[in-house]
Amino acid sequence: MANEMSNEIAKFQDPGLPEHVHRKTDVDPKAADRAERQVAILFVLSAIFTVVAIYSYIFIPDDKFFFLPVMGDTNAHQLLLGIGMAFALLFIGLGLVHWAKMLMPDTEVIAERHEFRSPDEDREDFVRTVKEQAGAAGLGRRSLIKRTLGLALGISALTPLVMLRDLGPLPKKELEKTSWKKGTRLVTDPGDRPIRPEDLEVGAVAQVLPELVEGQERTLADIGKDAVLLIRLRPTEFQLNAERLSWTHDGIIAFSKICSHMGCAVALYEQQTKHLLCPCHQSTFDVTRAAKVIFGPSARPLPQLAITVDADGYLVAQQPFTESVGPSYWERSS
Amino acid sequence: MNSGIKKLSRYRRHRYAGPALLVVALISLGTTFQVASALPSTTRMETTAQSTLIEEGKRIFAQGCSSCHGLNAEGGSIAPSLIGVGAASVDFQVGTGRMPMADMSQQAMRKKPVYNAEQTAALAAYVASLAPGPDSVNEAQLTYERDGNTAQGGQLFRTNCAMCHNFAGQGGALTQGKYAPTLMGVDAKYIYEAMITGPQSMPVFSDKTITPEEKLSIIKWIKAAEKEPNLGGASLGRVGPVTEGLLVWSLGLGLLIGIAVWLTAKAK
Amino acid sequence: MKKAERIGGNVASYVDDRTGAAKWLRKNLTKVFPDHWSFMLGEIVLYSFIILLLSGTFLTFWFDPSQRDVIYQGSYEPLKNIEMSASYASTLHISFDVRGGLLMRQIHHWAALIFMAGMIAHLMRVFFTGAFRKPREANWLIGVGLVTLGIVEGFLGYSLPDDLLSGTGIRIAEAIIQALPVVGSYLAFFAFGGAFPGHVFIPRIFTVHVLLLPGIFLALITIHLMLVWYQKHTQYPGPGRTEKNVVGYPLMPIYMAKAGGFFFIVFGITALLGAVASINPIWLYGPYNPGQISAGSQPDFYMGWLDGLVRMAPPIETHAFGHTISWNILIPGLIIPGILFTLMALYPFIESWMTGDKSEHHLLDRPRNNPNRTAIGAMSLSFILVILINGGNDIIATHFYLTINQIMWFTRIGVLVIPPLTFVITKRICLSLQRADREKVLHGRETGRLVMLPHGEFVEVHEELTAAQKFTLTQHEQPAALEVPSVDANGVLNPQGLKGKIRARFSQAHVEQVAAPTETEAKALESGHH
Repeated sequence: MANEMSNEIAKFQDPGLPEHVHRKTDVDPKAADRAERQVAILFVLSAIFTVVAIYSYIFIPDDKFFFLPVMGDTNAHQLLLGIGMAFALLFIGLGLVHWAKMLMPDTEVIAERHEFRSPDEDREDFVRTVKEQAGAAGLGRRSLIKRTLGLALGISALTPLVMLRDLGPLPKKELEKTSWKKGTRLVTDPGDRPIRPEDLEVGAVAQVLPELVEGQERTLADIGKDAVLLIRLRPTEFQLNAERLSWTHDGIIAFSKICSHMGCAVALYEQQTKHLLCPCHQSTFDVTRAAKVIFGPSARPLPQLAITVDADGYLVAQQPFTESVGPSYWERSS
Repeated sequence: MNSGIKKLSRYRRHRYAGPALLVVALISLGTTFQVASALPSTTRMETTAQSTLIEEGKRIFAQGCSSCHGLNAEGGSIAPSLIGVGAASVDFQVGTGRMPMADMSQQAMRKKPVYNAEQTAALAAYVASLAPGPDSVNEAQLTYERDGNTAQGGQLFRTNCAMCHNFAGQGGALTQGKYAPTLMGVDAKYIYEAMITGPQSMPVFSDKTITPEEKLSIIKWIKAAEKEPNLGGASLGRVGPVTEGLLVWSLGLGLLIGIAVWLTAKAK
Repeated sequence: MKKAERIGGNVASYVDDRTGAAKWLRKNLTKVFPDHWSFMLGEIVLYSFIILLLSGTFLTFWFDPSQRDVIYQGSYEPLKNIEMSASYASTLHISFDVRGGLLMRQIHHWAALIFMAGMIAHLMRVFFTGAFRKPREANWLIGVGLVTLGIVEGFLGYSLPDDLLSGTGIRIAEAIIQALPVVGSYLAFFAFGGAFPGHVFIPRIFTVHVLLLPGIFLALITIHLMLVWYQKHTQYPGPGRTEKNVVGYPLMPIYMAKAGGFFFIVFGITALLGAVASINPIWLYGPYNPGQISAGSQPDFYMGWLDGLVRMAPPIETHAFGHTISWNILIPGLIIPGILFTLMALYPFIESWMTGDKSEHHLLDRPRNNPNRTAIGAMSLSFILVILINGGNDIIATHFYLTINQIMWFTRIGVLVIPPLTFVITKRICLSLQRADREKVLHGRETGRLVMLPHGEFVEVHEELTAAQKFTLTQHEQPAALEVPSVDANGVLNPQGLKGKIRARFSQAHVEQVAAPTETEAKALESGHH
């Protein structure tokens, strides 16, 4: 036995399904009755909680709060309605599962799998039938029918697509325009009050929008393009070329608030570092260098709005934005 | 063999010995850390009846602040100049315990104040005497309950404050480890002073761009948010979907899988 | 009992007279399903779907998807007289002025999260046990379709209230659409009916969220379940279980009770979460305004990985001939997810190409017994986890005293370094687990009891495994690597050439295993010991 070399490598044999072990509830009728009682208790508990839920809905006023640890001040109506519903459902489930586990037969059953593959003759029959019946359609021979059918079906799919055209207007130059024009006053958001340079201390920011023309309403779409952030630094702190410097006024600089990455509002201004942070994807812009990107995924600086002061001493735009605000798009040239 | 050791060794292989040891180790580690990191208490300063407020402030300043801010508050490489910051800045920084700064990390943290109210007032008076700046805010000005509009305050908050402090004033991250702190549990006075002085990374919110009435509305909204109970249940921090996702994977799926294990286990 | 039997009999006759369903019903009522907790993950998803349908329908009775501007006059004081869209106002109405409204909103949102988490867990179970192999490839494809649509459905769902947080998410989605070359700005204007945000987007996604996608889900889930039903569920290896049988319990009554019970349990746990844990408190976020933003803005977790990927993208845009292509948006937002999901969908076919395996599989793999696949799965998971961490980098930074810049760099580098590392480590762990199994089968289980032999030597007592255990640990097939000969018997060069060589190389890597012990070996050892 010890030195017998077999050419057959035998894997371990399948000992078959293990012996069925009976549960307590299978052998002891008292245990079975106990299990039945347990299931019944679970179902009754569920019913009780349904009553709790309905009672809470109808009778508990929804402005009463009471204190619970971890949850803090909790709304009684909300909590009891929710707990009532939750436990009503949970106990039905627990009861059903307990019933199945304890009282339903738990002998494992074996079922045979059948091969999916059809017998060869069935397959041949199928192929023959398809060939015959499809042949009857004559598509193979009558290529004119085939081609024109393809044309008709294919082209008919275009109509529903074309009918989607009125989903919206063509973009045209919409993405390039904002409400800012030469002489538009900067007003506070909210409040619509015009701003003088002396209203801002060094280190101050202001959320601004263009002043509304008489009778005009401001929509969210307008805000989504026009929102501007006004920041005051000391003029010596700028590291700008002459042109960009001329777009500032006495240390006050204005940028589009709409992120050049994906359009979130950029307004986290860090007064000491002079950096602007966009909280969506953490693009960081250096205000002293015309909102140059110094960290994060944005590929372009924030557009700068050229500002100056009008005859009454209020801050106004010198000109519209010189580039599109907001995220990039195919037609954007820079 | 010593009977004491015998008793101990009996429980060495107990089912719960491992977890119990882990719990004991964690508790001792945690308590040790808590005790060790508690700030040392500082000695109280004394004011003499004869000193004027400004002189007293100068004295305290020389002892507690000049090492970083310079003997004449002119600033230096490690701390900015305090000339012109005004009484409001001092009241805010010292009153919230941010100053004196305990460790020279990215940002001064709110902590238990070192100086009491009189000392803070003295310091504020001294700094205010150096150059004009925003005045401390007194309680009489904080009439937000009467003069503030909660809804308008919310609009102002969401436009001007939420981007740093989060929609519910829970605080948020800035770059390089700086952060906007939580606004929960902050005195109305300090909120107001922070808006007008722009401490550290926070910008200044001038009275012309956000009027005093609007500032009171913002404070009223913050106080309302602080007092507002969480209607839907435990709040999970009021920081949004991150904690909600954590809960669903840990408690939600965890519970459900636990029940699935029970469901498919063979009954005895 | 007699009366019940009589009534039951009448009903059955009524149905059978009209459909001839007796034989079919009998066969299916006794259908056998194998029992394992990991098979219930799919059930969690199915039941969550039903809960979503029920709770969602409830919500539609009060929700107004219109984006027209209204002035809020409801009971929530901090938003009194604020201008907002009707969708936001109606969600506030449901939360504060409809009894049970907030509860149902919360149940609906928690059910959505459980739906997605369950799908991911179920997907992982199916992947790691190789349940996607022939004949179940189609079911895998349907599953990948379901998880993809689930992500979209969830995103559209939480965007319906038009609050500040979800509105920001829509803004980002619009930026992705707008970034598409050539057609981007047109598609964006068509989708939004003009400039962002417009007044038509919420009503349109309402239709998609409530009608189109649920309809598609119902159809796909039905086919998914029918395939499982018809092909019979897979089972784990074990004594009595073969490729040609299914061992388990019959549908009636056991599965009806257990599965039905589990439905109530899933519903109950979801309702419990809805009762005690606040989720999506839109009244704190405020109505959407493109000029506002909150610190710590994130999408729900099943999109968090996308957000993390977008955050870590290098700032690359190309400008040429008057046109811009935003690689910093397209690559993380569309291209990488596209590649990921395509690879995921094609995996069953990739694996069968690598192994040349064309046989049917109804016995599941223990993950350790397919080290290459398990390592690929672990690698993919580590990739998703790293980018998911970046998606929450601001929340992590404030809570753990880190910086967003540190986390961003950690994940930028980590996303390239950690997955391959995970692959290697996982594969090695699987192989050593196989080795441990081998030792157990051949030498018995280490009991930890030491015995001192008469001559002073200490030995550890090993307990021999039972025949059932030995069988379970060695039942798996271990195919050999594919061989692609470069020349055939007559010296003709193989036209497959390079492709064949690559395939053989992959196959070699894929079949790296520790050989399972055989009875022959065990007997040889035994005789050696004696």
